[in-house]
Amino acid sequence: MISNIRGIRAIYLFEMARFGRTFWTSLMLPVITTALYFVVFGSAIGSRMNEVSNVPYGAFIVPGLMMLTMFTESISNSSFGIYMPKWTGTIYEMLSAPMSPLELLIAYVGAAATKSVIIGSIIFATAHLFVDVQVAHPLLMAAFMVLMAVTFCLFGFIIGIWAQSFEQLQVIPMLVIYPLTFLGGAFYSLDMLPAAWRTVTLFNPVVYLISGFRWTFFGQGDVGIGVSMSAVALFLALCLGVIFWMFRTGYRLKN
Amino acid sequence: MTVMTPVLEISGLGKTYKSGHVALSAVDLTINKGEIFALLGPNGAGKTTLISIVCGIVTASSGTVTVAGHDHGRDYRAARTMIGLVPQELHTDAFETVMATVSFSRGLFGKPRDPAFIEQLLRDLSLWDKRGSKIMELSGGMKRRVMIAKALSHEPEILFLDEPTAGVDVELRRDMWNMVRSLRERGVTIILTTHYIEEAEEMADRVGVISKGRLILVEEKNALIKKMGRKTLTLNLAEPLGAVPEELAQWKVELAAEGHELVYEFDSQAEATGVPSLLRRMSDLGIQFKDLNTKQSSLEDIFVGLVHESGAAQEQAA
Repeated sequence: MISNIRGIRAIYLFEMARFGRTFWTSLMLPVITTALYFVVFGSAIGSRMNEVSNVPYGAFIVPGLMMLTMFTESISNSSFGIYMPKWTGTIYEMLSAPMSPLELLIAYVGAAATKSVIIGSIIFATAHLFVDVQVAHPLLMAAFMVLMAVTFCLFGFIIGIWAQSFEQLQVIPMLVIYPLTFLGGAFYSLDMLPAAWRTVTLFNPVVYLISGFRWTFFGQGDVGIGVSMSAVALFLALCLGVIFWMFRTGYRLKN
Repeated sequence: MTVMTPVLEISGLGKTYKSGHVALSAVDLTINKGEIFALLGPNGAGKTTLISIVCGIVTASSGTVTVAGHDHGRDYRAARTMIGLVPQELHTDAFETVMATVSFSRGLFGKPRDPAFIEQLLRDLSLWDKRGSKIMELSGGMKRRVMIAKALSHEPEILFLDEPTAGVDVELRRDMWNMVRSLRERGVTIILTTHYIEEAEEMADRVGVISKGRLILVEEKNALIKKMGRKTLTLNLAEPLGAVPEELAQWKVELAAEGHELVYEFDSQAEATGVPSLLRRMSDLGIQFKDLNTKQSSLEDIFVGLVHESGAAQEQAA
Protein backbone atom coordinates (compact mmCIF):
# COMPACT_ATOMS: atom_id res chain seq x y z
CA MET A 1 0.00 0.00 0.00
CA ILE A 2 2.97 2.30 0.51
CA SER A 3 5.49 2.32 -2.29
CA ASN A 4 5.59 5.82 -3.72
CA ILE A 5 7.89 7.29 -1.06
CA ARG A 6 8.99 10.06 -3.43
CA GLY A 7 5.39 11.09 -3.91
CA ILE A 8 4.82 11.24 -0.15
CA ARG A 9 7.98 13.30 0.25
CA ALA A 10 6.93 15.69 -2.55
CA ILE A 11 3.59 16.49 -0.89
CA TYR A 12 5.10 16.58 2.62
CA LEU A 13 7.78 19.06 1.57
CA PHE A 14 5.25 21.08 -0.41
CA GLU A 15 3.07 21.40 2.69
CA MET A 16 6.04 22.21 4.93
CA ALA A 17 7.11 24.90 2.45
CA ARG A 18 3.61 26.34 2.66
CA PHE A 19 3.97 26.57 6.45
CA GLY A 20 7.45 28.00 5.93
CA ARG A 21 6.04 30.92 3.97
CA THR A 22 4.07 31.96 7.04
CA PHE A 23 6.82 30.87 9.41
CA TRP A 24 6.95 33.98 11.59
CA THR A 25 3.19 34.28 11.98
CA SER A 26 2.96 30.57 12.75
CA LEU A 27 5.73 30.94 15.32
CA MET A 28 4.73 34.20 16.93
CA LEU A 29 1.03 33.44 17.24
CA PRO A 30 1.37 30.60 19.79
CA VAL A 31 4.10 32.47 21.67
CA ILE A 32 1.96 35.58 22.04
CA THR A 33 -1.23 33.64 22.85
CA THR A 34 0.58 31.62 25.50
CA ALA A 35 2.08 34.76 27.00
CA LEU A 36 -1.37 36.39 27.10
CA TYR A 37 -2.94 33.37 28.80
CA PHE A 38 -0.22 33.34 31.39
CA VAL A 39 -0.57 37.03 32.08
CA VAL A 40 -4.33 36.70 32.52
CA PHE A 41 -4.80 33.23 34.02
CA GLY A 42 -1.37 32.65 35.48
CA SER A 43 -0.52 35.97 37.05
CA ALA A 44 -3.70 38.02 37.37
CA ILE A 45 -6.14 35.27 38.35
CA GLY A 46 -3.76 32.46 39.23
CA SER A 47 -2.14 34.44 42.03
CA ARG A 48 -5.47 34.48 43.83
CA MET A 49 -6.06 30.78 43.28
CA ASN A 50 -4.91 27.91 45.37
CA GLU A 51 -3.14 24.93 44.05
CA VAL A 52 -5.24 22.57 41.98
CA SER A 53 -4.70 18.99 43.18
CA ASN A 54 -1.35 19.97 44.69
CA VAL A 55 -0.15 21.58 41.44
CA PRO A 56 0.36 25.36 41.27
CA TYR A 57 -2.33 26.85 39.03
CA GLY A 58 0.17 28.35 36.58
CA ALA A 59 1.70 24.94 35.89
CA PHE A 60 -1.71 23.26 35.96
CA ILE A 61 -2.95 25.11 32.86
CA VAL A 62 0.10 24.29 30.70
CA PRO A 63 -1.17 20.94 29.31
CA GLY A 64 -4.64 22.39 28.67
CA LEU A 65 -3.19 25.39 26.91
CA MET A 66 -1.02 23.19 24.69
CA MET A 67 -3.97 20.99 23.80
CA LEU A 68 -6.28 23.93 23.11
CA THR A 69 -3.89 25.40 20.55
CA MET A 70 -2.83 22.07 19.11
CA PHE A 71 -6.44 20.93 18.55
CA THR A 72 -7.41 24.04 16.62
CA GLU A 73 -4.09 24.30 14.75
CA SER A 74 -4.17 20.62 13.77
CA ILE A 75 -7.67 20.86 12.41
CA SER A 76 -7.20 24.12 10.54
CA ASN A 77 -3.81 23.21 9.04
CA SER A 78 -4.84 19.78 7.95
CA SER A 79 -8.24 20.79 6.59
CA PHE A 80 -6.72 23.73 4.74
CA GLY A 81 -4.01 21.49 3.28
CA ILE A 82 -6.46 19.20 1.49
CA TYR A 83 -9.12 21.84 0.87
CA MET A 84 -6.82 24.18 -1.07
CA PRO A 85 -6.06 21.74 -3.92
CA LYS A 86 -9.78 21.07 -4.16
CA TRP A 87 -10.50 24.77 -4.29
CA THR A 88 -7.77 25.72 -6.79
CA GLY A 89 -8.33 22.57 -8.84
CA THR A 90 -4.76 21.28 -8.46
CA ILE A 91 -6.24 18.15 -6.84
CA TYR A 92 -6.40 16.75 -10.39
CA GLU A 93 -2.69 16.09 -10.16
CA MET A 94 -2.86 14.17 -6.86
CA LEU A 95 -5.74 12.07 -8.20
CA SER A 96 -3.97 11.28 -11.46
CA ALA A 97 -0.67 10.46 -9.74
CA PRO A 98 0.34 6.91 -8.84
CA MET A 99 -0.41 7.56 -5.17
CA SER A 100 -2.52 5.32 -2.96
CA PRO A 101 -5.06 6.99 -0.66
CA LEU A 102 -2.93 5.93 2.30
CA GLU A 103 0.10 7.67 0.81
CA LEU A 104 -1.86 10.88 0.29
CA LEU A 105 -3.08 10.66 3.88
CA ILE A 106 0.40 10.10 5.30
CA ALA A 107 1.77 13.06 3.36
CA TYR A 108 -0.93 15.59 4.24
CA VAL A 109 -1.59 14.48 7.81
CA GLY A 110 2.12 13.95 8.45
CA ALA A 111 2.95 17.51 7.43
CA ALA A 112 0.10 19.06 9.40
CA ALA A 113 0.91 16.97 12.48
CA THR A 114 4.57 17.98 12.26
CA LYS A 115 3.55 21.61 12.39
CA SER A 116 1.23 20.98 15.33
CA VAL A 117 3.95 19.24 17.32
CA ILE A 118 6.31 22.13 16.60
CA ILE A 119 3.69 24.61 17.81
CA GLY A 120 2.97 22.50 20.91
CA SER A 121 6.67 22.43 21.70
CA ILE A 122 6.93 26.21 21.28
CA ILE A 123 4.08 26.70 23.75
CA PHE A 124 5.75 24.30 26.15
CA ALA A 125 9.01 26.24 25.88
CA THR A 126 7.25 29.60 26.25
CA ALA A 127 5.42 28.34 29.35
CA HIS A 128 8.79 27.69 30.96
CA LEU A 129 9.47 31.43 30.81
CA PHE A 130 6.50 32.00 33.14
CA VAL A 131 6.20 28.96 35.36
CA ASP A 132 8.14 26.00 36.55
CA VAL A 133 6.61 22.89 34.95
CA GLN A 134 7.84 19.43 35.78
CA VAL A 135 6.87 16.57 33.51
CA ALA A 136 6.41 13.29 35.33
CA HIS A 137 6.40 11.06 32.24
CA PRO A 138 8.35 12.86 29.46
CA LEU A 139 8.24 9.99 26.96
CA LEU A 140 4.54 9.41 27.43
CA MET A 141 3.96 13.15 27.23
CA ALA A 142 5.79 13.35 23.88
CA ALA A 143 3.95 10.29 22.59
CA PHE A 144 0.61 11.72 23.69
CA MET A 145 1.37 15.00 21.96
CA VAL A 146 2.19 13.27 18.67
CA LEU A 147 -0.86 11.04 18.96
CA MET A 148 -3.14 14.01 19.59
CA ALA A 149 -1.62 15.94 16.70
CA VAL A 150 -2.11 13.01 14.33
CA THR A 151 -5.66 12.31 15.50
CA PHE A 152 -6.82 15.90 15.16
CA CYS A 153 -5.05 16.26 11.81
CA LEU A 154 -6.99 13.21 10.62
CA PHE A 155 -10.13 14.91 11.85
CA GLY A 156 -9.09 18.08 10.01
CA PHE A 157 -8.47 16.04 6.86
CA ILE A 158 -12.07 14.79 7.02
CA ILE A 159 -13.34 18.35 7.40
CA GLY A 160 -11.17 19.50 4.50
CA ILE A 161 -12.66 16.86 2.22
CA TRP A 162 -16.19 17.48 3.48
CA ALA A 163 -16.07 21.29 3.28
CA GLN A 164 -17.36 22.98 0.16
CA SER A 165 -16.63 26.54 1.25
CA PHE A 166 -14.15 28.41 3.41
CA GLU A 167 -16.96 29.03 5.88
CA GLN A 168 -17.58 25.32 6.37
CA LEU A 169 -13.86 24.92 6.86
CA GLN A 170 -13.97 27.26 9.87
CA VAL A 171 -17.23 26.11 11.42
CA ILE A 172 -16.11 22.91 13.16
CA PRO A 173 -12.87 24.16 14.74
CA MET A 174 -14.36 27.47 15.86
CA LEU A 175 -17.85 26.45 16.88
CA VAL A 176 -17.32 22.90 18.11
CA ILE A 177 -13.74 22.13 19.04
CA TYR A 178 -12.80 25.43 20.65
CA PRO A 179 -15.79 25.52 23.07
CA LEU A 180 -15.51 21.82 23.84
CA THR A 181 -11.84 22.27 24.70
CA PHE A 182 -12.48 25.39 26.73
CA LEU A 183 -15.20 23.58 28.67
CA GLY A 184 -13.21 20.35 28.70
CA GLY A 185 -11.06 21.30 31.64
CA ALA A 186 -8.29 23.13 29.82
CA PHE A 187 -8.13 25.69 32.61
CA TYR A 188 -9.76 23.95 35.56
CA SER A 189 -10.12 20.63 37.22
CA LEU A 190 -13.49 18.92 37.08
CA ASP A 191 -13.40 18.75 40.88
CA MET A 192 -13.91 22.49 40.91
CA LEU A 193 -17.34 22.13 39.25
CA PRO A 194 -20.66 21.52 41.05
CA ALA A 195 -21.63 17.84 40.90
CA ALA A 196 -24.38 18.34 38.30
CA TRP A 197 -22.10 20.17 35.87
CA ARG A 198 -19.41 17.60 36.38
CA THR A 199 -21.76 14.92 35.10
CA VAL A 200 -22.63 17.02 32.07
CA THR A 201 -18.95 17.65 31.39
CA LEU A 202 -18.23 13.95 31.34
CA PHE A 203 -20.16 13.78 28.04
CA ASN A 204 -17.58 16.08 26.50
CA PRO A 205 -15.07 13.78 24.79
CA VAL A 206 -12.32 16.40 24.97
CA VAL A 207 -12.27 16.06 28.77
CA TYR A 208 -10.70 12.62 28.44
CA LEU A 209 -8.05 13.86 26.03
CA ILE A 210 -6.96 16.81 28.17
CA SER A 211 -7.10 14.74 31.32
CA GLY A 212 -4.82 12.14 29.76
CA PHE A 213 -2.31 14.74 28.68
CA ARG A 214 -2.36 16.31 32.14
CA TRP A 215 -1.74 12.86 33.61
CA THR A 216 1.55 12.62 31.69
CA PHE A 217 2.61 15.90 33.34
CA PHE A 218 1.47 15.44 36.93
CA GLY A 219 0.66 11.75 37.26
CA GLN A 220 -2.98 12.60 37.93
CA GLY A 221 -6.03 13.62 35.91
CA ASP A 222 -9.78 13.98 36.10
CA VAL A 223 -10.17 10.43 34.88
CA GLY A 224 -7.80 7.47 34.90
CA ILE A 225 -5.09 7.27 32.20
CA GLY A 226 -6.61 4.03 30.93
CA VAL A 227 -9.92 5.74 30.27
CA SER A 228 -8.10 8.59 28.51
CA MET A 229 -6.11 6.24 26.32
CA SER A 230 -9.28 4.37 25.35
CA ALA A 231 -10.92 7.66 24.39
CA VAL A 232 -7.93 8.60 22.23
CA ALA A 233 -7.92 5.18 20.56
CA LEU A 234 -11.65 5.44 19.91
CA PHE A 235 -11.39 8.88 18.36
CA LEU A 236 -8.43 7.80 16.23
CA ALA A 237 -10.26 4.70 15.04
CA LEU A 238 -13.35 6.76 14.24
CA CYS A 239 -11.38 9.22 12.11
CA LEU A 240 -9.55 6.44 10.28
CA GLY A 241 -12.86 4.68 9.65
CA VAL A 242 -14.45 7.78 8.14
CA ILE A 243 -11.39 8.46 5.97
CA PHE A 244 -11.34 4.85 4.80
CA TRP A 245 -14.99 5.20 3.77
CA MET A 246 -14.29 8.53 2.03
CA PHE A 247 -11.49 7.06 -0.05
CA ARG A 248 -13.49 3.96 -0.91
CA THR A 249 -16.45 5.92 -2.16
CA GLY A 250 -14.45 8.82 -3.57
CA TYR A 251 -16.63 11.08 -1.40
CA ARG A 252 -16.30 14.71 -2.59
CA LEU A 253 -12.95 13.85 -4.15
CA LYS A 254 -14.04 12.04 -7.29
CA ASN A 255 -17.28 12.15 -9.22
CA MET B 1 3.58 3.57 -38.91
CA THR B 2 5.09 0.12 -38.67
CA VAL B 3 3.54 -2.38 -36.27
CA MET B 4 0.44 -1.26 -34.39
CA THR B 5 0.78 -1.92 -30.68
CA PRO B 6 -2.21 -0.93 -28.61
CA VAL B 7 -1.13 1.22 -25.67
CA LEU B 8 -4.55 2.23 -24.40
CA GLU B 9 -7.61 0.01 -24.58
CA ILE B 10 -10.98 1.34 -23.50
CA SER B 11 -13.87 -1.05 -23.43
CA GLY B 12 -17.55 -0.51 -22.69
CA LEU B 13 -16.79 2.66 -20.77
CA GLY B 14 -19.80 4.43 -19.34
CA LYS B 15 -20.40 7.25 -16.90
CA THR B 16 -23.69 8.29 -15.39
CA TYR B 17 -23.50 11.15 -12.90
CA LYS B 18 -25.59 11.16 -9.73
CA SER B 19 -27.87 13.73 -11.32
CA GLY B 20 -28.79 11.06 -13.86
CA HIS B 21 -26.86 12.78 -16.62
CA VAL B 22 -25.29 10.21 -18.93
CA ALA B 23 -21.89 11.65 -19.83
CA LEU B 24 -20.55 8.56 -21.60
CA SER B 25 -22.15 5.38 -22.81
CA ALA B 26 -20.43 2.21 -23.96
CA VAL B 27 -17.29 3.76 -25.40
CA ASP B 28 -14.83 1.35 -27.03
CA LEU B 29 -11.55 2.78 -28.22
CA THR B 30 -8.06 1.47 -28.86
CA ILE B 31 -5.13 3.85 -29.15
CA ASN B 32 -1.92 2.62 -30.73
CA LYS B 33 1.55 3.38 -29.50
CA GLY B 34 3.08 6.48 -30.99
CA GLU B 35 0.01 7.82 -32.71
CA ILE B 36 -1.62 11.20 -32.41
CA PHE B 37 -5.30 10.78 -31.81
CA ALA B 38 -7.71 13.69 -31.96
CA LEU B 39 -10.99 13.52 -30.12
CA LEU B 40 -13.50 15.89 -31.62
CA GLY B 41 -16.88 16.84 -30.30
CA PRO B 42 -19.01 19.77 -29.29
CA ASN B 43 -18.93 21.13 -25.73
CA GLY B 44 -20.45 18.74 -23.23
CA ALA B 45 -20.07 15.75 -25.54
CA GLY B 46 -18.03 13.80 -22.97
CA LYS B 47 -14.44 14.44 -24.11
CA THR B 48 -13.20 15.66 -20.75
CA THR B 49 -15.12 12.96 -18.87
CA LEU B 50 -13.43 10.31 -21.02
CA ILE B 51 -9.97 11.75 -20.32
CA SER B 52 -10.73 12.19 -16.62
CA ILE B 53 -11.73 8.56 -16.25
CA VAL B 54 -8.59 7.30 -17.96
CA CYS B 55 -6.44 9.55 -15.76
CA GLY B 56 -8.14 8.46 -12.53
CA ILE B 57 -9.90 11.72 -11.68
CA VAL B 58 -13.42 10.48 -12.33
CA THR B 59 -14.67 7.00 -11.47
CA ALA B 60 -16.33 5.13 -14.33
CA SER B 61 -19.81 3.65 -13.90
CA SER B 62 -18.97 0.74 -16.15
CA GLY B 63 -16.32 -0.61 -18.46
CA THR B 64 -12.57 -1.12 -18.31
CA VAL B 65 -9.45 0.85 -19.19
CA THR B 66 -6.13 -0.86 -19.80
CA VAL B 67 -2.88 1.07 -20.17
CA ALA B 68 -0.14 -1.02 -21.82
CA GLY B 69 -1.70 -4.12 -20.33
CA HIS B 70 -2.21 -2.61 -16.87
CA ASP B 71 -5.78 -2.35 -15.64
CA HIS B 72 -6.18 1.25 -14.54
CA GLY B 73 -8.11 0.24 -11.44
CA ARG B 74 -6.29 -2.78 -10.07
CA ASP B 75 -2.86 -1.84 -11.35
CA TYR B 76 -3.27 1.92 -11.12
CA ARG B 77 0.32 2.72 -10.21
CA ALA B 78 1.80 1.21 -13.35
CA ALA B 79 -1.02 2.66 -15.45
CA ARG B 80 -0.84 6.20 -14.07
CA THR B 81 2.95 6.39 -14.15
CA MET B 82 2.72 6.13 -17.93
CA ILE B 83 0.23 8.96 -18.30
CA GLY B 84 0.68 12.72 -18.31
CA LEU B 85 -2.31 15.06 -18.30
CA VAL B 86 -2.63 18.68 -19.31
CA PRO B 87 -6.13 19.67 -18.19
CA GLN B 88 -8.22 22.26 -19.90
CA GLU B 89 -8.32 24.67 -16.97
CA LEU B 90 -5.23 26.39 -15.63
CA HIS B 91 -5.06 24.83 -12.17
CA THR B 92 -1.88 26.07 -10.50
CA ASP B 93 -0.43 26.81 -7.09
CA ALA B 94 -0.15 30.58 -7.25
CA PHE B 95 2.63 30.94 -4.69
CA GLU B 96 4.94 28.23 -6.00
CA THR B 97 7.84 28.92 -8.34
CA VAL B 98 7.92 27.33 -11.79
CA MET B 99 10.92 25.19 -10.83
CA ALA B 100 9.35 24.03 -7.56
CA THR B 101 6.02 23.09 -9.08
CA VAL B 102 7.54 21.13 -11.97
CA SER B 103 9.93 19.29 -9.64
CA PHE B 104 6.98 18.59 -7.34
CA SER B 105 5.08 16.90 -10.16
CA ARG B 106 8.04 14.66 -10.95
CA GLY B 107 8.27 13.58 -7.31
CA LEU B 108 4.53 13.01 -7.10
CA PHE B 109 4.80 10.46 -9.89
CA GLY B 110 7.56 8.68 -8.02
CA LYS B 111 10.48 9.62 -10.26
CA PRO B 112 13.92 10.40 -8.79
CA ARG B 113 15.17 13.96 -9.01
CA ASP B 114 16.80 14.80 -12.35
CA PRO B 115 17.80 18.48 -12.52
CA ALA B 116 19.30 18.08 -16.00
CA PHE B 117 16.04 16.69 -17.38
CA ILE B 118 13.95 19.39 -15.73
CA GLU B 119 16.28 22.07 -17.09
CA GLN B 120 15.96 20.71 -20.63
CA LEU B 121 12.19 20.49 -20.27
CA LEU B 122 11.92 24.09 -19.09
CA ARG B 123 14.22 25.24 -21.88
CA ASP B 124 12.16 23.40 -24.50
CA LEU B 125 9.05 25.19 -23.25
CA SER B 126 10.79 28.61 -23.01
CA LEU B 127 10.29 28.56 -19.24
CA TRP B 128 13.91 28.42 -18.14
CA ASP B 129 14.20 32.20 -17.69
CA LYS B 130 11.07 32.12 -15.55
CA ARG B 131 12.12 29.20 -13.37
CA GLY B 132 12.36 31.38 -10.26
CA SER B 133 9.11 33.26 -10.86
CA LYS B 134 6.00 32.58 -8.85
CA ILE B 135 3.23 31.16 -11.00
CA MET B 136 0.87 34.00 -10.07
CA GLU B 137 3.28 36.41 -11.80
CA LEU B 138 3.02 34.59 -15.13
CA SER B 139 0.75 35.35 -18.07
CA GLY B 140 -1.96 32.89 -19.08
CA GLY B 141 0.16 31.53 -21.93
CA MET B 142 3.11 30.97 -19.61
CA LYS B 143 0.87 29.21 -17.11
CA ARG B 144 -0.24 26.92 -19.92
CA ARG B 145 3.41 26.10 -20.59
CA VAL B 146 3.88 25.34 -16.89
CA MET B 147 0.95 22.91 -17.04
CA ILE B 148 2.59 21.15 -19.96
CA ALA B 149 5.94 21.03 -18.18
CA LYS B 150 4.23 19.48 -15.13
CA ALA B 151 2.55 16.85 -17.29
CA LEU B 152 5.86 15.97 -18.98
CA SER B 153 7.99 16.11 -15.83
CA HIS B 154 7.73 12.39 -15.17
CA GLU B 155 8.46 11.38 -18.78
CA PRO B 156 5.05 9.88 -19.57
CA GLU B 157 4.53 7.59 -22.55
CA ILE B 158 0.99 8.79 -23.11
CA LEU B 159 0.14 12.47 -23.05
CA PHE B 160 -3.40 13.81 -22.79
CA LEU B 161 -3.94 17.35 -23.98
CA ASP B 162 -7.42 18.60 -23.15
CA GLU B 163 -8.20 21.58 -25.40
CA PRO B 164 -4.52 22.55 -25.43
CA THR B 165 -4.85 25.56 -27.67
CA ALA B 166 -8.05 27.08 -26.30
CA GLY B 167 -7.34 30.73 -25.58
CA VAL B 168 -3.70 30.47 -26.54
CA ASP B 169 -1.81 32.95 -28.71
CA VAL B 170 -0.40 32.11 -32.13
CA GLU B 171 3.18 31.76 -30.94
CA LEU B 172 2.36 29.33 -28.17
CA ARG B 173 0.14 27.36 -30.50
CA ARG B 174 3.00 26.98 -32.94
CA ASP B 175 5.41 26.01 -30.15
CA MET B 176 2.90 23.53 -28.85
CA TRP B 177 2.54 21.79 -32.18
CA ASN B 178 6.31 21.68 -32.60
CA MET B 179 6.48 20.07 -29.19
CA VAL B 180 3.79 17.55 -30.10
CA ARG B 181 5.75 16.61 -33.22
CA SER B 182 9.01 16.14 -31.33
CA LEU B 183 7.27 14.10 -28.64
CA ARG B 184 5.84 11.87 -31.31
CA GLU B 185 9.30 11.37 -32.73
CA ARG B 186 10.33 10.09 -29.32
CA GLY B 187 7.48 7.59 -29.43
CA VAL B 188 5.08 9.36 -27.09
CA THR B 189 1.43 8.67 -27.77
CA ILE B 190 -0.68 11.81 -27.82
CA ILE B 191 -4.41 12.09 -27.32
CA LEU B 192 -5.85 15.54 -27.68
CA THR B 193 -9.24 17.11 -27.69
CA THR B 194 -9.85 20.18 -29.70
CA HIS B 195 -12.51 22.06 -31.47
CA TYR B 196 -10.01 23.73 -33.76
CA ILE B 197 -10.69 21.19 -36.42
CA GLU B 198 -7.89 22.38 -38.68
CA GLU B 199 -5.49 21.28 -35.96
CA ALA B 200 -6.83 17.77 -35.92
CA GLU B 201 -6.69 17.86 -39.70
CA GLU B 202 -3.06 18.95 -39.66
CA MET B 203 -1.71 16.90 -36.76
CA ALA B 204 -3.73 13.79 -36.07
CA ASP B 205 -3.22 10.31 -37.47
CA ARG B 206 -6.68 9.25 -36.45
CA VAL B 207 -9.81 11.08 -35.47
CA GLY B 208 -12.62 10.10 -33.14
CA VAL B 209 -15.89 11.97 -33.04
CA ILE B 210 -17.84 12.00 -29.82
CA SER B 211 -21.36 13.30 -29.50
CA LYS B 212 -23.69 13.11 -26.52
CA GLY B 213 -21.47 10.60 -24.75
CA ARG B 214 -21.21 8.24 -27.71
CA LEU B 215 -18.16 7.66 -29.80
CA ILE B 216 -19.87 7.82 -33.16
CA LEU B 217 -16.85 7.38 -35.36
CA VAL B 218 -13.16 6.45 -35.27
CA GLU B 219 -11.26 6.62 -38.52
CA GLU B 220 -7.89 7.27 -40.07
CA LYS B 221 -8.01 10.95 -40.77
CA ASN B 222 -7.13 10.65 -44.45
CA ALA B 223 -9.50 7.78 -44.99
CA LEU B 224 -12.21 9.74 -43.28
CA ILE B 225 -11.77 12.72 -45.52
CA LYS B 226 -11.64 10.46 -48.54
CA LYS B 227 -14.56 8.32 -47.54
CA MET B 228 -16.84 10.99 -46.29
CA GLY B 229 -15.44 13.63 -48.55
CA ARG B 230 -17.98 15.23 -50.78
CA LYS B 231 -16.99 17.64 -53.47
CA THR B 232 -18.79 20.64 -54.69
CA LEU B 233 -18.61 21.80 -58.28
CA THR B 234 -19.42 25.44 -58.82
CA LEU B 235 -19.99 26.75 -62.33
CA ASN B 236 -19.95 30.49 -63.00
CA LEU B 237 -22.51 30.97 -65.72
CA ALA B 238 -22.07 33.34 -68.64
CA GLU B 239 -25.77 34.30 -68.45
CA PRO B 240 -27.78 34.12 -65.22
CA LEU B 241 -30.58 31.56 -65.07
CA GLY B 242 -33.97 32.26 -63.58
CA ALA B 243 -34.62 28.64 -62.64
CA VAL B 244 -32.94 25.27 -62.94
CA PRO B 245 -33.91 23.82 -66.34
CA GLU B 246 -35.95 20.64 -66.04
CA GLU B 247 -33.41 18.77 -68.14
CA LEU B 248 -30.85 19.20 -65.32
CA ALA B 249 -33.21 18.11 -62.53
CA GLN B 250 -31.71 14.60 -62.28
CA TRP B 251 -28.37 16.07 -61.01
CA LYS B 252 -30.14 17.96 -58.23
CA VAL B 253 -28.19 21.11 -59.05
CA GLU B 254 -28.95 24.36 -57.32
CA LEU B 255 -28.69 27.97 -58.33
CA ALA B 256 -26.64 30.40 -56.27
CA ALA B 257 -25.53 34.04 -56.45
CA GLU B 258 -28.84 35.16 -57.98
CA GLY B 259 -28.67 32.67 -60.81
CA HIS B 260 -25.05 33.40 -61.73
CA GLU B 261 -23.79 30.13 -60.29
CA LEU B 262 -24.81 26.53 -60.66
CA VAL B 263 -23.79 24.33 -57.74
CA TYR B 264 -23.51 20.56 -57.97
CA GLU B 265 -22.54 18.40 -55.00
CA PHE B 266 -21.14 14.94 -55.70
CA ASP B 267 -19.31 12.03 -54.12
CA SER B 268 -15.72 12.14 -55.37
CA GLN B 269 -15.25 8.41 -54.60
CA ALA B 270 -18.23 7.23 -56.64
CA GLU B 271 -17.61 5.49 -59.97
CA ALA B 272 -19.89 7.86 -61.77
CA THR B 273 -19.55 11.31 -60.34
CA GLY B 274 -22.03 12.69 -62.80
CA VAL B 275 -19.74 15.58 -63.69
CA PRO B 276 -19.00 14.76 -67.36
CA SER B 277 -22.63 13.98 -68.16
CA LEU B 278 -23.79 17.18 -66.48
CA LEU B 279 -21.34 19.24 -68.50
CA ARG B 280 -22.36 17.48 -71.73
CA ARG B 281 -26.04 18.08 -71.07
CA MET B 282 -25.38 21.73 -70.30
CA SER B 283 -23.54 22.15 -73.55
CA ASP B 284 -26.47 20.46 -75.35
CA LEU B 285 -28.78 22.99 -73.74
CA GLY B 286 -26.48 25.84 -74.69
CA ILE B 287 -25.82 26.91 -71.09
CA GLN B 288 -22.34 28.39 -71.12
CA PHE B 289 -20.01 28.95 -68.18
CA LYS B 290 -17.02 31.25 -67.71
CA ASP B 291 -15.27 29.39 -64.95
CA LEU B 292 -15.56 26.39 -62.66
CA ASN B 293 -14.06 25.15 -59.43
CA THR B 294 -14.37 22.11 -57.21
CA LYS B 295 -13.95 22.05 -53.46
CA GLN B 296 -13.21 19.10 -51.18
CA SER B 297 -15.20 19.20 -47.94
CA SER B 298 -13.04 19.68 -44.84
CA LEU B 299 -13.00 17.68 -41.66
CA GLU B 300 -15.10 20.42 -40.15
CA ASP B 301 -17.89 19.95 -42.68
CA ILE B 302 -17.77 16.21 -42.07
CA PHE B 303 -17.78 16.70 -38.33
CA VAL B 304 -20.73 19.05 -38.29
CA GLY B 305 -22.63 16.70 -40.58
CA LEU B 306 -21.93 13.70 -38.36
CA VAL B 307 -22.91 15.38 -35.14
CA HIS B 308 -26.15 16.59 -36.67
CA GLU B 309 -26.93 13.15 -38.05
CA SER B 310 -26.28 11.42 -34.72
CA GLY B 311 -28.35 14.02 -32.90
CA ALA B 312 -31.25 13.51 -35.25
CA ALA B 313 -30.96 9.71 -34.96
CA GLN B 314 -31.04 9.85 -31.19
CA GLU B 315 -34.04 12.13 -31.19
CA GLN B 316 -35.86 9.75 -33.49
CA ALA B 317 -34.99 6.82 -31.24
CA ALA B 318 -36.24 8.65 -28.18
